[in-house]
Amino acid sequence: MDFELIAKSFPALMTGAGMTLLLTIISAPLGLALALPLAIARLSKRSWLRRPAHAFIYVFRGTPLLIQLYLVYFGLGQFHDTLKAWGIWWFFRDELYCALFVLVLNTGAYSAEIFRGAIAGVPAGHIEAALAAGMSWFTRLRRIILPSAFRIAWPAYTNEVVFLMQATSLVSLLTVTELFRSAKIIAVRTFDIYSMYITVGLIYLVISYGIILAFGMVEKHLMRHTRQPGGKKSLHQRAFAVLTR
Amino acid sequence: MDAQVPAVEVRGLHKSFGALHVLKGIDMRAHRGDVISIIGSSGSGKSTLLRCINMLEIPNQGDVLVGGEQISLIKARGDERQPGDHAQVNRIRTQLGMVFQNFNLWSHMSVLENIIEAPVHVLGRSKKEMKQLAGELLEKVGIAEKSDHFPAQLSGGQQQRAAIARALAMEPDVLLFDEPTSALDPELVGEVLRVIRALADEGRTMILVTHEMGFAREVSSHILFLHEGLIEEEGPPGQLFENPKSERCAQFLATNF
Repeated sequence: MDFELIAKSFPALMTGAGMTLLLTIISAPLGLALALPLAIARLSKRSWLRRPAHAFIYVFRGTPLLIQLYLVYFGLGQFHDTLKAWGIWWFFRDELYCALFVLVLNTGAYSAEIFRGAIAGVPAGHIEAALAAGMSWFTRLRRIILPSAFRIAWPAYTNEVVFLMQATSLVSLLTVTELFRSAKIIAVRTFDIYSMYITVGLIYLVISYGIILAFGMVEKHLMRHTRQPGGKKSLHQRAFAVLTR
Repeated sequence: MDAQVPAVEVRGLHKSFGALHVLKGIDMRAHRGDVISIIGSSGSGKSTLLRCINMLEIPNQGDVLVGGEQISLIKARGDERQPGDHAQVNRIRTQLGMVFQNFNLWSHMSVLENIIEAPVHVLGRSKKEMKQLAGELLEKVGIAEKSDHFPAQLSGGQQQRAAIARALAMEPDVLLFDEPTSALDPELVGEVLRVIRALADEGRTMILVTHEMGFAREVSSHILFLHEGLIEEEGPPGQLFENPKSERCAQFLATNF
């Protein structure tokens, strides 16, 4: 390990890490905003809502993210006259916009499946109580179903965001200089593969840990209703203690 | 509301689940202040009848009227029907408080939040006003000190009492109880029955599905005995419990009382 090189390239790596974080922080909430209506459409009784949502999710989960990135960035470039005519070329000619666009659609599709499962897992009794109280569809969704589904989905959604953060490294192939590409540039120049990629791996580890920590704090808040008063242990901690006794 | 108009009226109600014909033509009326208990063996359609009143199950035939207003039902696929006007169903549901066998409290909300949720978000009542009322209701059902607890932190009996307070917070015209003590440990049944009895004594209109025969006999003004989707026998509790006319009803009472 060449610590001098690592120290010297640290500022460049931090700038790259900043881009990685930026990509994650922008695409995760937008993806979530896409995922919720998709999940709801996917569970709809109306086939004209359910089928397109299903198809969208199927395509974006069924193909590699890398191919999606290439098709949008390089593929759409072939139609730049048309895109220009539609007035959206400024968006698709920019590698960062293209990267964000694909990341949002991709994480939207994966998250939609997580939330579909969570919404379907909301106890039927909770929904019946909401119906019996005269709640409209939207009130039920907003006040009962989604809050409950978020609690069910949260651990799986935490994973999705960690994966999303790591998947942003693929965006380097559209020449977006995020963490991986900033390390690669130096590694190629200095031939010091180990120093650079071990360092960059460690930085990914730290970011992942940060996401897990932050999401864990949110989870603790969301799941406060499962804790016993006075006691610090949650119900599932207690169940675990009983099972492993 | 006109005292002559039944609070709840059911006319010629049929309900099938696929090939299973559960209710085969039920007529019933609950006037203001009536306490009607629906008894019968499991599978007789008691709960289904109760759930048809607030449209948790949509009857295939027949009508439900609440306070004289008929719930509009239109044809759907096959011999199914669906509400003609969801807003009407939602409005009528606010007049029918429901207490479930499994309490069905919203687990992510505290007891207080459970109680004020629907009044605030359905009826548009103010939070402040509702918190005050919730406190009084919790006092009434005897769990005032549990206001900030979550459902998972309460015993079954306490959860059911919280669920009763939640139903009362809507200030409904009629209370529907669907086997409110069937999921409770025997030693917790009494505390819930005490609360329900107090509500009956206030003159509230209630329809109960119950297996607690002694309780049904004490609090009810009218008993319906259901057998295989039909009302086999009905009458005031004294008559029905002392001198059942139907052989099946006598048999049922002999094994369940």
